[in-house]
Order: sequence, then structure tokens, then C-alpha cells
Amino acid sequence: MSKGYHIVVCGGIVPDPLQRLEPVSTPSGPALRNEMMLPAVLDPWAASALYEAAALAKKMPESKVWLVAAGPKAKLQQVMMVTGQKVPFELVAIDAPAGGFTESFAVAGLLAAAIKSIPGLDYSRLLVFGGWESASRGAGSTLQAVGELLEISAQFQGVDELAVAEDGSFTVLERVEGGRHQVSKCSAAPAVLGWATGNLAEPPNNPQVGMANMRAIMPALQKAKAEKLSAEGLSFQHVALPAEQRETRIVKDTPVDVIANEIVDWLRGAN
Amino acid sequence: MSVDSTAEQNRQTMEADIVCVGFGPAAGGFLTELTRELAQDGGATLQSSVMPGMPLQVICYERADDVGFGVSGVVSRARAIRTSFPELNPADVPMAAEVSHEEVLYLLDPGKASRRSALVRFADTALRLLGPVLPLKDHAFKLPYIPPFLRKEPGLTFSLGQFTQWAAGQVMGSGMAQIWPGMPVAAPLFEGERVCGVRLLDQGTDLSGAPGDGYMPGMDIRAALTVVADGPVGAVGQALNRKFGLPPGNEQFEWAVGAKMVVELAPGSGLKPGTVLHTFGYPEPEIFGFLYVHPDNLASLGIFVPSTFGSPARTSYRYLQQWMKHPALAGYLAGAELRSWGAKSLLESGRRGEPYLAGDGYARIGEGSGSTNMLTGSGVDEAWATGVQLAQAVCELVRAGKPFTKANLEAAYVKRRRESWVEQEGRIAEKARDGFASGFSAGMLGMALAGFSKGRLGWPVKLKPPHERLQSLEQFYAGRISSVEIERIRRESRERGEPLHDALMDRVGFEPIALDGKLFVSLQDALLVGGKVQAAHGYANHVVFTHPEVCSDCGDKLCIEVCSGQAIYPGVNGVPAFDREKCVHCGACLWNCSRPGPDKTRLGNIDFRSGSGGLHSSQN
Repeated sequence: MSKGYHIVVCGGIVPDPLQRLEPVSTPSGPALRNEMMLPAVLDPWAASALYEAAALAKKMPESKVWLVAAGPKAKLQQVMMVTGQKVPFELVAIDAPAGGFTESFAVAGLLAAAIKSIPGLDYSRLLVFGGWESASRGAGSTLQAVGELLEISAQFQGVDELAVAEDGSFTVLERVEGGRHQVSKCSAAPAVLGWATGNLAEPPNNPQVGMANMRAIMPALQKAKAEKLSAEGLSFQHVALPAEQRETRIVKDTPVDVIANEIVDWLRGAN
Repeated sequence: MSVDSTAEQNRQTMEADIVCVGFGPAAGGFLTELTRELAQDGGATLQSSVMPGMPLQVICYERADDVGFGVSGVVSRARAIRTSFPELNPADVPMAAEVSHEEVLYLLDPGKASRRSALVRFADTALRLLGPVLPLKDHAFKLPYIPPFLRKEPGLTFSLGQFTQWAAGQVMGSGMAQIWPGMPVAAPLFEGERVCGVRLLDQGTDLSGAPGDGYMPGMDIRAALTVVADGPVGAVGQALNRKFGLPPGNEQFEWAVGAKMVVELAPGSGLKPGTVLHTFGYPEPEIFGFLYVHPDNLASLGIFVPSTFGSPARTSYRYLQQWMKHPALAGYLAGAELRSWGAKSLLESGRRGEPYLAGDGYARIGEGSGSTNMLTGSGVDEAWATGVQLAQAVCELVRAGKPFTKANLEAAYVKRRRESWVEQEGRIAEKARDGFASGFSAGMLGMALAGFSKGRLGWPVKLKPPHERLQSLEQFYAGRISSVEIERIRRESRERGEPLHDALMDRVGFEPIALDGKLFVSLQDALLVGGKVQAAHGYANHVVFTHPEVCSDCGDKLCIEVCSGQAIYPGVNGVPAFDREKCVHCGACLWNCSRPGPDKTRLGNIDFRSGSGGLHSSQN
């Protein structure tokens, strides 16, 4: 294959998962308490997709990676201070609400429009990456809708591995029930790949990567257009966090086997 | 740092004009002022020497995973901050409010558990007898008059975390400087006596620092000016102190560990935004406390356990809980819920702990440069001011075409600082806390003397390093618990794996803390609920026991007792072990070692190095 891929990663921002989240009602619908005060991170699922994209681009000469991210501009800037140190990419920023209470099709519309507006994007080489789910929205529908809006029919969800052959075709491993993978072969781009966790560790922070990325990140943020998300037809019947279960015990010198058995017993009991 | 020659060859180098270490209020002031100048200048007179034709290239590295993690609630007159932001509307900064009401409370001991001298007990008795005619309520005496040096009105209460995030956003938004969180700086780079940049921390190592999978040597960032703003326990500031020492007569013996919380008050708490309560007297007389009320029913509260407190089992979390139980505060906190928690070391030496402020290629700003004022109880605004002063000096020198030599920085930066209110008020406060070395009553008297005489008077005392002030448990609890019983409690605590200080506090009569799962939670739950500790894989341990044989012979193990996150715990052969997954980077272990540093360059036998991660908490 002579030319690499144009890889567009769709990645939203979510509150730092180490924070305690609490839904509240507001006049404009449900929201998280103090959401704008919580530190944000790139959605962990999308982050996996970004690292996979960077690794693929490194292997495939002439490839390029864009990160299309929607979120409040100030929060996007904050997240890019960390994400920008990880891998090389060019940011396409959308100044829009983020969080778990936006409607996935509306978000997909913004993302698809932003992708279409990327200058020089070659559809014949396009791979749209993203998380197959989101840490703030478990519907798993946004990326599929992006693909539909871009008229890309080759879609894969729960991807753990992508292997590219010499002729430009690629093999995709998608998660299926029972800890198994469905193996698919695709002859060529364009395609949509919703990543599960992939196989790559989080790259270390690299100051040189950060310096290079930041030259494009700040201008992208400055020209990010403020977009509204339509909430038409959207209503929430009930909003709640999963019940928190924690039993703290301090035990010392317990053999590993005993701990393992206890966990197994607990799992059996929980089922 | 031990790396082989191949790794050394792979170490990358990058050049900048200015590299800044740490992003707190000092760096906030520095970068706010500097980036404004750069934006106005447009590269006309403030040109880069490493990228000719471009404006000065400015990079700031912050250890924590994001700016504004793991810091504290603040009340401040905000003079320097308001000078930088004349149009500042508190509503623009989350959790900020104008100071609306201020009280200083002397807390009496409701349960006769605290360690009070005869003089203090006499004063307490007198206050109780005169209670009907004095402003005495809920075992607390409200001072009818707040000395002007303590008063914060007009001022602001705010969250330092939220404020620094807001300030960082403005700096980054200017496009004139880059702030990189999650990037610890390991050490300064020296060329002879000149600082020529910094080395970032190696990644991909094991816990001892040996290269492992994915090893990436920390990059060398070479810069004409290194701005050291990494606080009192930062690795770069410590390294400079070790290399250059402190100016004659200066010493960094006065410390405190602050344990803080952000809580959500119950509706109807009776506290309005902007309310500020200062307390002293309980749970031990010399432990100061604070409660600042933010908008939206949020409040910051906490206590400071000072190094003058002689207990070898000093703890902060239990004392904080005990303080929250005091009747004068418990009413306000009824129904409140913990939202975040944190801890931090304060360098209370202030002006007297000042290191060399500038040298060839470097300048120091903020708390680590001795800017904190312990008479006024203010440090954030002072730190911000020193950053602004340095930025002005930098612009002056660059425009004049002068290099960042010691002489030039002293003429441009140190001179500005000496002529400012930071210096003048720092001088007044210089000996204000000395009296606490002789006890609580002397300490309060010394503060009053220094405050009202504008620093001309103070309590005469020769200060000692923290480890020389420590008492044995037997001395500390003399007359209250026999040495035989102390030994029994010590043994039982060890056998149960429970903190010794809890058992001792229970024994002397402090009410055991009943956990309610909301405001009163165990320390380990506070580590989970009130912010969470993150320790990225691939970094070395940052707490190192430099001479294990010293630890083996140590019976105090104060480092274990004081550790804010219980990250230091009993280890093999008497040498404490360290679990960085619990470390909140408060730095208390640095100055809470009961043994002197064997090589005389450290406060104790513990090396507090550059490290990754720490507490993730946005509301602290």
C-alpha cells in the first residue's frame, strides 16, 4: 500500500473517573453536580482508539491522525494539556456541551459535520475511530450514527485488534460473547471502528510530542465554533448512578488463595 | 539517578527560553504577567533566543496530573491577585466569594482531653466563670476584636484548585506559554554554579528507578532562565538548597502539615458565603483551624499541625476530625457531607526561611522562596505577587538585552521584591511564631508582640530543627499516661496494626470518632471519597529512606504516624515501607523524621524526591 490512512478519532471528554459523580436536576435537564468544576479527561474508550490510531499511523507511512473532540472549550483546552503529550495528532475542536446527558444522534451530527469539513480528507483512505461506548454514555450508538451520516457501511464495534495487510485490506477482531472474538476482513477503507480497550498501554507523556501538537491545538481551540446540541424529543424518565458497593476491611497476611476464593464466592453469590 | 551510558545517550534535549517548575499561585502570577506582556509585545522586544523571530518560548511543567489538584481552600486579601485582575468578579471563578464575615474563636476543651498548661487551664477557667458576660458560646470564646494583621476583609475566599485551573486556562488561552501537567521535574541542571535548565523525571523505570520496559530517560530542558516555583517540598528547590545552602542566618525549621476538606453544608447551616472562621485552642492549643464558606453551600475547612508541636505521634486526620466535633463547629457541620480531602506541608519559616532568591540562570518564587507570612496567615497572594515581580523583572532584562545572571536578577527581581509589601510584611512576621517553640502561651504572646510592634518585638528563643524539638511519648504524656501503659498501648497497637496516635488520643479522653459514612469517614475512605490517589506506572518511588540502618534503630517511627495518606507503614527490619498508591504528596515525611539527616543536607533521613501522580481532587 503506497499511501497511509487518514484516521479520524472521535473522542469526547468526560469527568475524571476518579471523581465522585452525582446527577442533579437543572432547568435545562439532568446534569452532573459541579460538572464544570470537575477535572476532565479524554473519554477512556476514545483514548484507547487514539493510541491505536497513533500506533497504526506510525506503522503506515503517509498516515495522519485527527482528533475530533466536542466539549466546552475551556475543558477541552484543559484536557489537551494532558492528551497532547501522549501521541501526535491534529485537533478539530467543537465548542459544545459534553457529558452523559446529550443525545447521541445530535452529538454524531456535530462530529460528522466536523469530519466533513476537514480540509484534504481523503475518503478512500478514511478510518473513523472512536470508543465503542463512552464513559459518560453507555448506549454505544454515537459512532455508528457518525458512520451512517458519513455513509460508511463498513462498521465494526468492540474492536480489540486491527491488522493491516500488504494490499491495504485489514482484519478486525471484534469482541463477542464468551470472551471470544469475531474475525472480519475488510478489503479497503473507508471504515468505522469502535474500539474496546485495544492492546496498547497508555503512552508516557512526551514533552516533544506535546510541543509539536500544541502548535496546532491552540489555533484549533481558538477557531472552534460554538455549537448547540438539539434536545428535541429527548426526555429523561429517571437518572441514577449505579449503586456503590464498598465493604472496607483491613486484613493482614491473608494467603492469596484465600483472597481468590473469597472473590470467587462473592461473584457466585452476586450472580 | 542511575542510568547506564546507552540510556544517557538516548536522553533527549529541548531548548526553551524560560522553563518554569510547578504551577501554583506563584507560577500563576508569573505566567499571567509574562504572557500578557508577550501578547502585547507581539515579539517586538521580547524575542526568543532559541527561536529567533518568535516571542520568548516559555514552558511550565507541573508534577500533578492536572493543575489545581490536591490543594486548598484559601482566604486572602487578594491584593496582588486583584492587581492582576482589576475587574475580577468572584462569580467568574468557581467557589470564590467576597469575605462577608470574619470571626476568630478560641476553642476551649469541652472534654478535658487536650494537653493544656497550668496557665492555659487558668485562662480557660476564668473564661468559663465570666461566660455570662463574655461572648462565650459552645465552649468557644469569640475574640471581640480581630487585630488588623489577621483581618482578611476586604478579601476573597476561594478554592486554590479552582483558582489555579482558572488562571491556567487564561495563560494557555493566550497561546504565549505552555503548561504541561503530569510531567514531574527531577532536578535542576547545573553547569558549575549556573543553573542551565531542568531534567524531567525518567519514565519506564521500576520502583527503585532502574530502567525497565519502555524506559524513556527524562528529557533535559535547557533554558536561559529556570523559574523555581515548586513549593516548599519540591525536588528542584530542595536541590538548590542543598547545593547553595541558605543565606547566613536563615533556616527552614518551621513547618506545619495542613489537613483540609471541602464539605457540602446542609441547607440551613446558618453560614453565608464569604464567612471566615479562624480557630485556635483545640484539639490541642497550638493547632489552628479554619472554615471558609464558598457559594453553593460549599465550605473549606481544616487544621494545621505545626512542627513546634512536640508529640512524636502527631497526626493530622484524627485531629481534624476531633476539631470538627467541637461544639462551636459541630452545629455548623451537622448534616454536612465530605466532598474532597487533602493535605499539604507549609513552610512556616516565612521570610526567615528564604533561600537565595536568584542565582545565575535561576530565580525562586512562591512559598519555597519564603514568601508565606505566618503572622497574617497568608501565602497565596504573596506567592502570586512574587511571580508577578519576577515576570516584570524578566521583561525588563530581556528588553535591556541583559542575561539572566545572579547580579542582573538581583537588580531586577530581588530589588523589586525587597521594595514590595511582601518583604515589608514578611519582615514584620519574621519572628512572630518564635514563641511557639516555648509553648502555646508564649507563642500567642509572641504573635501579638510582633503584630502590634510591627516586628520590632518578639519572643526571644533560639529555634531548633524539628527533630530536636520532639519529645518522647513518655515526656509528652507525662502525668497523664504512665510509661508502662504507653508501652502496653504501643505493643497492642502494633499487634492490631492500628495507629498508635488513635489509641493514645482515646486513652487521654478524646471522644472516639463515630464514623457516619458522610462527613466522618475512615482515612482510607477519605482517600477514596474525597479525591483519589493516582500513581502512574513506570516511575520510581519518590519517598526514599536514605540510610535504612538509621530507620532500623529508630523507635519513634514518626514518619508512619504523621503520614497523611498512611502511605508509609511498618516494613522489614524496622525500615518503613512506602506505598505510593496512597501518597498525597503532602511532604510531611520530609520534616517529620526524628533522626537528623546523616549528611546534614536534609532535615531527616527521608528523601522526598520528584514523583508522579498524587491526589486527584478538584475541589480541594
